[in-house]
Amino acid sequence: MTSAEPVIQTTGAPRVRRTRRSRMRIALKKAPLSAWFGMGVTLCYVLVALLAPLIAPYRETQVFSEAFAPWGHEFMFGTDQLGRDMLTRLIYGARNTIGIAFATTIISFAAGVTLGLLAAMYRGWPDQLLSRAVDVLMSIPSLIFALMLLSIFGSSITSLVLIIALLDSTRVFRLARAVGLNVVVMEFVEVAQLRGEGPAWILRKEILPNILPPLIAEFGLRFCFVFLTIAALSFLGVGIQPPSADWGSMVRENATLITYGDVTPLLPAGAIALLTVAVNFVVDWFLHSTSGLRDEK
Amino acid sequence: MLAKRAARTADGAPLGIRMRVNPVAKTVLQRLGFGLITLFVVSIIIFSAIAMLPGDFAKATLGQSATPETVAALQHEIGLDRPPIQRYFSWIGKMAQGDFGSSFASRTGYRRTVAEIIAPRLYNTMFLAVMTALVAVPLALGLGILAALYRNSWFDRLVNTVTLTTISFPEFFVAYMLAFLIISRDTFAGTQFAESLPVWLAVSINWTLNVVPKFPTLANINDQTPFWEHVWRAAMPSITLTLVIVAHMMRMTRAAIINMLSSPYIDMARLKGMRPMVIVLRHALPNAWAPIVTVVAFNLAYLIVGVVVVEVVFVYPGVGQLMVDAVKSRDVPVVQACALVFAATYILLNLIADIISIATNPRLLHPR
Repeated sequence: MTSAEPVIQTTGAPRVRRTRRSRMRIALKKAPLSAWFGMGVTLCYVLVALLAPLIAPYRETQVFSEAFAPWGHEFMFGTDQLGRDMLTRLIYGARNTIGIAFATTIISFAAGVTLGLLAAMYRGWPDQLLSRAVDVLMSIPSLIFALMLLSIFGSSITSLVLIIALLDSTRVFRLARAVGLNVVVMEFVEVAQLRGEGPAWILRKEILPNILPPLIAEFGLRFCFVFLTIAALSFLGVGIQPPSADWGSMVRENATLITYGDVTPLLPAGAIALLTVAVNFVVDWFLHSTSGLRDEK
Repeated sequence: MLAKRAARTADGAPLGIRMRVNPVAKTVLQRLGFGLITLFVVSIIIFSAIAMLPGDFAKATLGQSATPETVAALQHEIGLDRPPIQRYFSWIGKMAQGDFGSSFASRTGYRRTVAEIIAPRLYNTMFLAVMTALVAVPLALGLGILAALYRNSWFDRLVNTVTLTTISFPEFFVAYMLAFLIISRDTFAGTQFAESLPVWLAVSINWTLNVVPKFPTLANINDQTPFWEHVWRAAMPSITLTLVIVAHMMRMTRAAIINMLSSPYIDMARLKGMRPMVIVLRHALPNAWAPIVTVVAFNLAYLIVGVVVVEVVFVYPGVGQLMVDAVKSRDVPVVQACALVFAATYILLNLIADIISIATNPRLLHPR
């Protein structure tokens, strides 16, 4: 044993701990093409959403005399059924659709993660109660549930956001509780408890950092899901209400053009599809690189 | 789960008796019980939808000219003047007998019961769902098995990329893409895009488009539509739904089989020199049934959600479209009935999936 020690000392050069930034740079360098594509597209969407008033050629609800105008110089993608510029609506649609979906996901995560981790920490009857409630909520398809609740509360943006956040937080709750259960039994959590730290501190400083990667990946997936649900509801005419520009309702309002072989209604639909594909690519790569998860050997 | 079961068997005499009950039957019964409880709670939630209506709902529905008498009559009709528990039991009792109450759209002298509105629609939706399932399930299983057999080949990669993309597409995008494809069959030759292409390319694209059968893009259906005509007109919604659900089922089938292929007994079969196809079909597949059946049932349940959007796109007269219309006009009894039908089907399918996976679980079939 003693003879081995010098060898270890010579080979074990002082290891410099990498900073978070350099680790991120290394991970990014190894990212596959699909992940780069996903990140690029997502970034473009975010920029368009943030800078909408600067990029858009016209105002969101500005109406021109010609409805269903063809593509041309004045209106790049023509005008919609009321004579509003399609390109402008698409750009503002990014803002409304993505913004609302993002806000919903944030609310759903705040509620889901907090309750899930509390349930994991305290167990007992609150955990039982919450878990059974979640089981029941998840046993109805969320689109159907959302439709039913919207028929009661009416389609306003507030009720839309709250209803979908509630239905979506059930999935977040399950995940947060499941991964939280693995961490709360660790020694360092016990040490923190013995040290006399409060539950909020333990949640934030001891448990949350350890379960962050799966939660971030889930955030991406949940965002996609929420985004698609809101788009579907708006498409059905019970989601985001006019005159706000939004991709789901834009597809519906211009759908008649399809029968004349015009691709215009496919633009907002394609915008929705492209963003979901992009986010999925990023999440896919993130899951692979953080968990070492592989499809097969 | 396993630990819990072990703890229960460890704690004494009554368990000796319980051990003799067939474990499969026991788990299935537990699951059935849980399914019934879920259905009960869900029915309470759907029922309380009407109790959550804002207080002035009757007034809002009847409009400005409502007299106190008509408001009271409507409240009596909905049953708002009775205690909720009594209302729930009379409601669920009537539901069980097929009486779903009357729609808010009915007026005095012209009563429209929810049951008569829903019945033909339900038949149409079931028709569409069954038709889709008959195509989608064999297709997904076949593709999944082939992808597992030739994994990491170009075929596998192609199928994987295509399915990953269709999973992330919203249903209405897929639907309108297909509709656009059918329509371009007639309009493509005249477009600017076609004229800007070289002639041979434009001609060949046009020829390819003409191979696509001219499916109707609006699913016009009534009770008089003959069977095959019905199939023909429902083709577009059905193809859309197939594309949406095949992806997930196929990926899960592939994953389940590949998971099996890494077990030692497959290595054994391989070393004996069996052909890969035989290994997959005779050795891997029988053990992969449980996860595959689960995912098939899960996707059939998912059809229910997809059906809503697709029915609206193709104006197919099914329950989904009815529900959306009812939500817009806030016709709560119809919404409730639709939600109950959808929820019950969803719970039932998930229940069947669970029971099949319990019944095919070898660990439960051969208890030690």
